[in-house]
Amino acid sequence: MSARSRVIVLVIALALGPLILPEFHITLLNYIGLYALVTLGLVLLTGVGGLTSFGQAAFVGVGAYTTAYLTTAEGLPGFVAWVGVSPWLTLPAAVLLTVVVAAMLGLITLRLSGHYLPLGTIAWGMSLYFLFGNLSFLGGHTGLTGIPSLNLFGMDLKDGRHFYYLIWVLVLGALWLSQNLLDSREGRAIRALKGGTVMAEAMGVDTARSKMVVFLVAAGYAALSGWLYAHLQRFVNPTPFGLHIGIEYLFMAVVGGAGNVWGALVGAGLITVLKQWLQDLLPRIFGASGNFEIIFFGLLMIFVLHRARDGLWPVVRRLFPAQAAAAGVVAAAPLPIREKPVAGTVLLDVRDAVKKFGGLTANNQMSLSVKAGEILALIGPNGAGKSTLFNLVTGVEPLTSGEVHFLGGRVDGKASREIARLGMSRTFQHVRLLATMSVLENVAIGAHLRGRQGVFAAAFHLERAEEERLLAEAARQVELVGLTEHLMDPVGSLALGQQRTVEIARALAADPSLLLLDEPAAGLRYLEKAALADLLRKLRDNGLGILLVEHDMDFVMGLADSVVVMEFGEKIAEGLPEEVQGNPDVIEAYLGGVD
Amino acid sequence: MDLQIALLLGQDGIVNGAIYALLALALVLVFAVTRIIFIPQGEFVAFGALTLASFQVGRVPGTLWLLVGLGVLVAVVEIGIATRNGTLRRLVSALTWNVAYPAVAAIIILLGEPGTWPLVVQVAAALALVVPLGPMVYRLVYQPLQSASVLVLLIVSVAVHLALVGLGLLFFGAEGSRTTPFSDARLDVGGVVVTGQALWVVGASAVLIVVLYVFFERSLWGKALRATAINRTGARLMGISTTQAGKLSFALAAAIGAASGILIAPITTVYYDTGFMIGLKGFVGAIVGGLASYPVAAGGAVLVGLLESYSSFWASAFKEVIVFTVIIPVLVWRSLTTRHVEEEE
Repeated sequence: MSARSRVIVLVIALALGPLILPEFHITLLNYIGLYALVTLGLVLLTGVGGLTSFGQAAFVGVGAYTTAYLTTAEGLPGFVAWVGVSPWLTLPAAVLLTVVVAAMLGLITLRLSGHYLPLGTIAWGMSLYFLFGNLSFLGGHTGLTGIPSLNLFGMDLKDGRHFYYLIWVLVLGALWLSQNLLDSREGRAIRALKGGTVMAEAMGVDTARSKMVVFLVAAGYAALSGWLYAHLQRFVNPTPFGLHIGIEYLFMAVVGGAGNVWGALVGAGLITVLKQWLQDLLPRIFGASGNFEIIFFGLLMIFVLHRARDGLWPVVRRLFPAQAAAAGVVAAAPLPIREKPVAGTVLLDVRDAVKKFGGLTANNQMSLSVKAGEILALIGPNGAGKSTLFNLVTGVEPLTSGEVHFLGGRVDGKASREIARLGMSRTFQHVRLLATMSVLENVAIGAHLRGRQGVFAAAFHLERAEEERLLAEAARQVELVGLTEHLMDPVGSLALGQQRTVEIARALAADPSLLLLDEPAAGLRYLEKAALADLLRKLRDNGLGILLVEHDMDFVMGLADSVVVMEFGEKIAEGLPEEVQGNPDVIEAYLGGVD
Repeated sequence: MDLQIALLLGQDGIVNGAIYALLALALVLVFAVTRIIFIPQGEFVAFGALTLASFQVGRVPGTLWLLVGLGVLVAVVEIGIATRNGTLRRLVSALTWNVAYPAVAAIIILLGEPGTWPLVVQVAAALALVVPLGPMVYRLVYQPLQSASVLVLLIVSVAVHLALVGLGLLFFGAEGSRTTPFSDARLDVGGVVVTGQALWVVGASAVLIVVLYVFFERSLWGKALRATAINRTGARLMGISTTQAGKLSFALAAAIGAASGILIAPITTVYYDTGFMIGLKGFVGAIVGGLASYPVAAGGAVLVGLLESYSSFWASAFKEVIVFTVIIPVLVWRSLTTRHVEEEE
């Protein structure tokens, strides 16, 4: 069965549910739907974006309380009172308010390294919960009652069976939008977050923005769930928005499989049903009171993380493999290309660059320049400061002093992605690819700056024309480096040398004027090296400037137009390959002195 | 507020702050050595306090059965690994600590009458039951995940926390307990009554902090832990087992947690889930210290204690909100001052 027909079966089963299932199961399914919405947000945030939040329940609370307050409060000032007239007006209000709260919290915590965000979310999860319980206009710990029911096309959704359809239409809609979003340029930018911000920024991704996007989307789903909850229950109190529920949402995402949107459904369903079942069963074993199911849940989580760190969805998929979708590259008009400088123009000009790490001077008074249509090789022993220079040029690290000019403008002090936008692209010494993504998608990240469609266009798949062109461009670069047979393979399955080649394709997909390659030939076999050298020559003849760091002397000397030699952070020689090879300083640096 | 109330609140704040400081130190220690954000720290506080309380009412504490149960589980895991690898000789120490020790403890507690023991012995017995739980939890839960990311370890920590809270409820029930104070002395300092127990808490915390300092500065094991915290790979190359370092840091964290619980049990009623809140406040302190600096973390924790105490006077309903919101400006400050450059994996 194909993936598409499975979705159709699921939709039909869900549609028939209320006609055959007893009341109790409908209620359970309603809650599974509400939880799945929140969990879906967490899948995007945690599983895909690599950011963890324990505070989603608090966002659900903001959404629920917003609509509860607006629809029940009396004597509101006129400029807000009109919103409370109908729950359909409070829906945008609830989502908007939650997103604004999330944006403020996100501004504070998203810039911090990994574990501060989850800790921050624990703190705000706690304080929002206590705030709900202590603000008298929100009804304190007793909460707010008398929330109106929803009315859709003249039908009152008081019955759970009717509400069911609203919930599940929204859940399936959210799944569809999320899947669309992930399968797009913006989605690749979000997925690239897990590969570390340095790589994503070097490809032109504004990682702060991508983090914020996924964080706000997750908060928005939580708010939607809260709004539904308020009008389903028609009563809210602080309990379902506490930290422990926030933890439960995270469990749902992790157990279900945080890497895939369907994991949200599996996780929410499984945990909800298990919890229901355990709440019936455990008191009979342990005696009357107490929520003993948390012992079980704790142990279950530990077990899942020990045995199936990626959750249950991948396990399910292995058991019932779907037919692979057809390879997704269609012929499309090529993307517009950058106007390239004529051969001989100075592209990169590094002037007296100094980089100090505390007392260590990694680069001292380094100067070099690269012209269009030239391959400059930067060589030197390990620890000579070559990779540091790369990082200075590409904006990963700030210079201590000195200047970097690119295409006539100063770029030192600029962010990596701004430099990338100007037409500089790079590979990394330690391969930075997303192992589970296909070669095609990895390379397409390189073309990030050549598309412009945003999140909404992506979510509704309004950007397919551009997307096809981006993928076609990526496929073209993969072909150029000779990996077409692996186009749809996950990058992690390739040999290291091939992965380096994928990095080159990714850099080329940005349509750069200057290409920076950090040890591209390491790990390649003899024939692969020859093919790579041919490719680089061809690129040079087309007017590309290439700065190459490499250890393989045969490779360098046969390829480079000129060579710069570094030792201990300083330039010790510069010139044509033959000249440099005869230079006594260079021989001493590489082979030791001759007494 | 007059001066007397201010002083009284200040005293309260410092007493609580001292406990938060201890917990903050333990959290920083565990995080630095193992990269685990140790959410279940609070459960050790509750276990310590409630184990002592159980002794005092002459009940067998459930933590004894937890010790026996976890010990058996560890033994099973170790035997499994040893038979697979043919390293049976190494089992002796594992079996001593995980089977023989809990068995001896069970015999002593079941045959003796803990209710009649002097307070010092009861305290020692409570520590002897709770502290080994730390390394056992590490062995069973965290050791197989040593290579996992901080986030996975964090989620596991939350799971361990839930399991332990549930067990706490099972063992000790929903009612809270208080223990007999270490001292009934009451001192009058400038019109403010200072209880003997308050002095005990502050004094014991100070002594523990000094002991930890000496341990880290002077002892070989302390230095090994510091080395592991600074560079795991480097420490391993120098022959320091990161697994041993992990177990040791968990033992210390459990000891600090249990000791904190035993210290506060005479002042506040401790419930099975009290530890979580106390632990979280220790966390706020630890985060102030950036999970890296011991003195700053301890100072942050005392600040949290004072803030809590004074806000309970002015805005008691919002006490928790205020305490947990303190973290936000700290995070803002951190995000503005630290330039985060990711390390190469």
